[in-house]
Amino acid sequence: MSADRSPVTDADVCVIGAGPAGALVADRLSAADHDVVILDAGPRFEDGAPTRIERTERAIRPAYGRPDVWDVGGERDAYSATGEWFYPLNHARVKGIGGSTLHWQGMVMRLHEDDFASASERGVGVDWPIDYEELRPYYADAETELGVSGADDNPFGPPREEPFPNPAFPPSYSDGLFAEACEKLEISMHSVPNARNSEPYDGRSACVGYGTCQPICPSGAKYDAGVHVESAEEEGATVIERATVEKLEHGPDRIEAAHYATPEGEYRQEADAFVLAAGGVETPRLLLLSDSEHYPDGLANSSGAVGKYFMDHLFAGAGGVLDEPTRQNHVGFLTSESHQFYDDADEEVGPFKLEFFNYAGPSPVEQALGGDQWGDELLDSLQASYGNHVAVGGLVEQLPREDSYVGLDPDETDHLGNPVPDVHWNVGDRALRTLERANELQTRILEELGADVRWTVGPENTGPAYHHMGTTRMGTDPTESVVNPDLRTHDLENCWIASSATFPTGGALNPTLTIAALALRAAERVDAAL
Amino acid sequence: MELTRRDAVAALAAVGGGAAIGLSGLVEPPSATSNDHGPRESGSGAPDDAEIEETLVATAEVVYPSAISGIEEFVGTFLSGRLDREEHRAGMARAVSELDELAAEWYGDRFAALDPGERNEFLRELGADLVEEDPGGSTAERVRYYVVNEVLLALYASPTGGELVGIENPQGHPGGQASYQRGPQA
Repeated sequence: MSADRSPVTDADVCVIGAGPAGALVADRLSAADHDVVILDAGPRFEDGAPTRIERTERAIRPAYGRPDVWDVGGERDAYSATGEWFYPLNHARVKGIGGSTLHWQGMVMRLHEDDFASASERGVGVDWPIDYEELRPYYADAETELGVSGADDNPFGPPREEPFPNPAFPPSYSDGLFAEACEKLEISMHSVPNARNSEPYDGRSACVGYGTCQPICPSGAKYDAGVHVESAEEEGATVIERATVEKLEHGPDRIEAAHYATPEGEYRQEADAFVLAAGGVETPRLLLLSDSEHYPDGLANSSGAVGKYFMDHLFAGAGGVLDEPTRQNHVGFLTSESHQFYDDADEEVGPFKLEFFNYAGPSPVEQALGGDQWGDELLDSLQASYGNHVAVGGLVEQLPREDSYVGLDPDETDHLGNPVPDVHWNVGDRALRTLERANELQTRILEELGADVRWTVGPENTGPAYHHMGTTRMGTDPTESVVNPDLRTHDLENCWIASSATFPTGGALNPTLTIAALALRAAERVDAAL
Repeated sequence: MELTRRDAVAALAAVGGGAAIGLSGLVEPPSATSNDHGPRESGSGAPDDAEIEETLVATAEVVYPSAISGIEEFVGTFLSGRLDREEHRAGMARAVSELDELAAEWYGDRFAALDPGERNEFLRELGADLVEEDPGGSTAERVRYYVVNEVLLALYASPTGGELVGIENPQGHPGGQASYQRGPQA
């Protein structure tokens, strides 16, 4: 049976991308009685084989890489990475209903107040055109939608008054070990807000401890955007999966239709309003692919900023072993972190946070499946490897840079013959200095703990946290930004962007709660415009 | 350590088995597995479920730690949640069939009929200890995936196998929210 992927007649809103931003926008606008159609390049995974539990097995078995868990790769997902730093794009995204929340870690913090005013408060980067107070009620709304489990115990976080919808996950055993060392160093630890249920919430189970959170939660306790896609459908929205939008047909002021390709053929979806929610790489790529006589450098690109200022967070970490059990790898999420040094940020050193790992060292089952021993030898080896690892991680901000960008690679095409995205990722010295500073603190904590420090990830070997930001930045000046503070493109009156692509700067906190808050705000603006 | 039926049900509840616990809220009891089969002649066609089970039990006797007993029921119960995956079952059947053919060529009998020392030697000669598992790879890589790692997954993603290593809620097992908070003496 072939699916009906033909366009919806008389659609009010066409949402492109079924990740968290697109799902929330679609849900809100559907609930407001608008006719909404969602197009996504990937499938609805729940519809067929392999099942989610079978995909979870892929997460553990060595035969499969991370992209295999959610079928990323192949011609559809071809890309280039020409920057100073290699960017492993297909480890960093999922296409399909739920988008990258299918494989995300699920940490959901609010940005700090200074993150919205980097130029003013830190002397580098740019200010956002909106401040924390503007976004604050939407953050609370987003926490409710995602069912965040958290506690108001972060003395360094921005002000908040609303309780979290679920209680925080209690600290881990190893958090207790870290707490003693941190107390001696006068470093405060606090809970981590998690978009996973500590208790049953919104019809979904509480976490049952599979320990495979990233890249997959088989129980559904971890939020993924499929929740809001389903809710939108219940309100009447139409979802068209395996529908790759190739081009946006437009005049000088409006988008008229999205041209999309499906396994059955090509279609044209008209709508009164368009919301681009395809993430920080595919959103600018679609705009660049939609160039025209009106917009020779790419749609909505009068500023020349489309694709520019690509940012990610960089990982800093250190780990080692203790001479006592540390009880790692029971769960795949974090329960404690520290924002104590976050707001020390200035021109020289950026904001960063510290994370206390619950999954340091090898997972015994993965080691067993990948080893070259068995029987008693294997057990001896597992017992020797497991049990006493510790690690402290962290995320570091990189600044927006014009030479860090997402462009089109004219020499390589995807399955539809369109130029693939080129992720040209450059990082900058401030981020590298921040990694050094984070490493200093991480090492000091481990040494205070009595650990034999075995590894460090810092300026020489860091990698991205898979948070794609900045490529359609928000601002008030149409010559320097792509969307206005209402997230509508400066150039087109019926096109909004809901994505971390609109972040002018990235801070050093996982972006999805901010994506969700901005999406809810964008939905309000679209509703008002309709 | 004696593996019990309860251990096998726990292994089934883990990632290798059928249901995601958080979604279903319960574990289906394993169906009884047939053991009333005679030995299969080498080259006599695709192995049936009982023959697959017999081969995997024979493998587990080699690749599990020597302190483990109760393997037959454990592996049999685990497989009851695996053999209904059509594609996976076909992969297992093919790997078992090839394993038996080579065992007959090299050692003069089906794999499960060899003594444990011969089985160990044969699997190592095949290279199943050194290769990376690959469901679409060479015979050795598929034997590693569908036979050796099948039973290692059953053991080490279950609380029983985890406890041997020191982790009662290993990755892949839905062991709840309490164990990560507990200390080593608890």
